[in-house]
Amino acid sequence: MMISCEKAAVICNKAQYDEASVLDKIKLKLHTFICKTCAKHSKNNAKLTSLCNKASINFLTDEEKRKMNENFNKAK
Amino acid sequence: METNNLNPDKWVNLYADYLFNYAVTRVSDAEIAKDLVQDTFIAGLKSAKNFKGDAAERTWLIAILKRKVIDHYRKINSKKGKAEVRMTYSSQTDAEGDWIEERIADPNSNFENDSLENEELGLAIQNCISKLPKKQAQVFTMKTIKGMETEDICNALGINASNLWVMIHRARTGLMGCLNQNWF
Repeated sequence: MMISCEKAAVICNKAQYDEASVLDKIKLKLHTFICKTCAKHSKNNAKLTSLCNKASINFLTDEEKRKMNENFNKAK
Repeated sequence: METNNLNPDKWVNLYADYLFNYAVTRVSDAEIAKDLVQDTFIAGLKSAKNFKGDAAERTWLIAILKRKVIDHYRKINSKKGKAEVRMTYSSQTDAEGDWIEERIADPNSNFENDSLENEELGLAIQNCISKLPKKQAQVFTMKTIKGMETEDICNALGINASNLWVMIHRARTGLMGCLNQNWF
């Protein structure tokens, strides 16, 4: 039942995107109960998710960037 | 000390998102923000000869953008009276009393700092993303910011799912380290 740290990290990352199964999450919980390094990583990972969710991040679409580049090249 | 050089060919790819984010939080209109960023690049190109190389390229562009934002507000506020600050007593008749003291901000509330903090956070995250290797940054942005499905990203980039998770892992670890000083 005990999984490796690599495996735990994969599950932990998937869990950030709600893509981990219930069984996987239990395995991860068991692992972090014993492995303090992974427990810390897991906590920070969750924190990163919440930071990304609450930050206001705006990205330009590729199309908008292409247009911008076009206009820019015209000005050169 | 290393001197910085300008490399205008890469500006749009490297800095457009960062500048756009900066502008959009200040003018709160995506179209205007886009125009300001575009103007900034062109203005940067025109005054490239004035670039002394003591600031990083992006810092220099941000400085130009700052002026553009101010100019924008000047333009829309050109009628003199609009710049005046007027304070009137409350016109709502149901308000209890009309003391000016009751209408100032509650010093115990930090509610209004939230959006400011989130803007800063957004810029900090973007700054950290831009420091990641290109592929990792791309995968992380698609997955986390744009919320795309794993399968769609794999198809778009021609990688398999385990590749994707490895890159996500590296990106996330990198971001944790980068954001660590200020945000954890």
